[in-house]
Amino acid sequence: MATIGSRMMMARGRIAFCIAMVILAFCAAGARAAEEFIILQSTTSTQNSGLLDAILPDFTKSTGIEVRVVAVGTGQAIKNARNGDGDVLLVHSRAAEEAFVAQGWGVERHDVMYNDFVIVGPASDPAGIAPFNGAIAAMFWIAKAKAPFVSRGDDSGTHKAELRLWALASGVDVKAASGSWYRETGSGMGATLNIGVAMGAYVLTDRATWIAFKNKSDSKIMVEGDPNLFNPYGVILVNPARHPRVKAEAGHTFIDWLTGPEGQAAIGAFKIDGKQLFFPNAK
Amino acid sequence: MQDFADAFRLAFALLVQLDPNLVEIVALSLQVTLSAVALACAIGFPAGAALAAAKFPGRGAVIVILNTMMSLPPVVIGLLVYMLVSNAGPLGFMQLLYTPGAMIMAQTILVTPLVAALGRQVLADFHDEYDETFRSMAVPWRKQVAALLWDARYSLLTVALAGFGRAVAEVGAVIIVGGNIAHVTRVMTTAIALETSRGDLALALALGIVLLVVAVTINAAVMVLRASAQRLAYV
Repeated sequence: MATIGSRMMMARGRIAFCIAMVILAFCAAGARAAEEFIILQSTTSTQNSGLLDAILPDFTKSTGIEVRVVAVGTGQAIKNARNGDGDVLLVHSRAAEEAFVAQGWGVERHDVMYNDFVIVGPASDPAGIAPFNGAIAAMFWIAKAKAPFVSRGDDSGTHKAELRLWALASGVDVKAASGSWYRETGSGMGATLNIGVAMGAYVLTDRATWIAFKNKSDSKIMVEGDPNLFNPYGVILVNPARHPRVKAEAGHTFIDWLTGPEGQAAIGAFKIDGKQLFFPNAK
Repeated sequence: MQDFADAFRLAFALLVQLDPNLVEIVALSLQVTLSAVALACAIGFPAGAALAAAKFPGRGAVIVILNTMMSLPPVVIGLLVYMLVSNAGPLGFMQLLYTPGAMIMAQTILVTPLVAALGRQVLADFHDEYDETFRSMAVPWRKQVAALLWDARYSLLTVALAGFGRAVAEVGAVIIVGGNIAHVTRVMTTAIALETSRGDLALALALGIVLLVVAVTINAAVMVLRASAQRLAYV
């Protein structure tokens, strides 16, 4: 009896040992050089356009803090930040950002920069919107003509801006049209542009992603310059009172830099093909 | 499509110049996937051998469940691991999110059912052959498992390669738990997803070609290893 008992104990010990080794293996692979870093939850537009790649090395050089960027849609970025999976949030959906702060998940929202949305479409312009200056009229005529329109459909900042425009275009119900002329990709900006360009459809996109996008085919900007297409970005420190692991000090350093003279100058200096993509507007 | 020609040219250039960014990405891909496959084999093969050798009530159901788990979508595993290692999750204290550790964890979960299920099939065939010997010699259960694993080692290598193939090619899990952070958690598949979303289809496809070249190298290396080991065994 004793031997069976001790043998079972040994087996159990061995299993526990194996589990411990597996956990150790994960941790060993997870641990990296102890240099300081913060995690920035941000949007695909800031990464796909190349902005962050261009400005973050300056910040790291002057402060020694590495910035690790997780680029997802605004909706997912906010969700991740609510879970405490990031130190700083840099997104573009003002209402959602203010709600994030009001609910106590973030400390304070700071203006950083803006760019604007544009409506792109095939050169043949099936809905005939190119002559319009107004985004809402353009959206209305796209719906009227039942011309193909590809939407992010992913709760991102761009998607929310698009839904706001549809709501202003009277009598258009895109939910009912979903699957016919109105297509929701549920994907990022770049993936949605790839689909829109291939379908010869209209797409609402931020200008930065569009200018940096390399697969334009014969699509081009149809409508731009309407104040309704204004796209402001805000930066928020995730609340360390809610999530004690948030690196508040390093996060503050980053926000101060981004909204300070150095960061603002770096944002303004970022150009693709000679075009400025983001306009600093921190107060 | 100009992109195809561009892609091959780019892939060739990337491989010849050994672009440091590419080397880093390939190295991380291999580190993550090989660690995950090693862990998965360490768990999956003994489990498969035990299932092949042992007879117990409900064994059929366990095998069906195991085989079903081979079709777990990577993105679902990514989501599960994210919810576990998120700061709001039960394993948040381990601080694994957005590190290679979390990616290894996700791919281990992805590959373990595959190597266990395929391994069990291979080992069951061996077991059928050995069953009478085992019984006539009254070999204890634990020794049966060890003997099966050892004698089937070359066949199990192929199973491990299948696991490697599934892990190295998946993007759904590693992009969620790794976050595709440059120089930290960017691997080949997430880099391909990123370049696709940037509309740089030629570069994305070039990276895909590089991925295939890496996979060919690994497969060829295993084949050579296996052939020479077998030759030695017969000398």
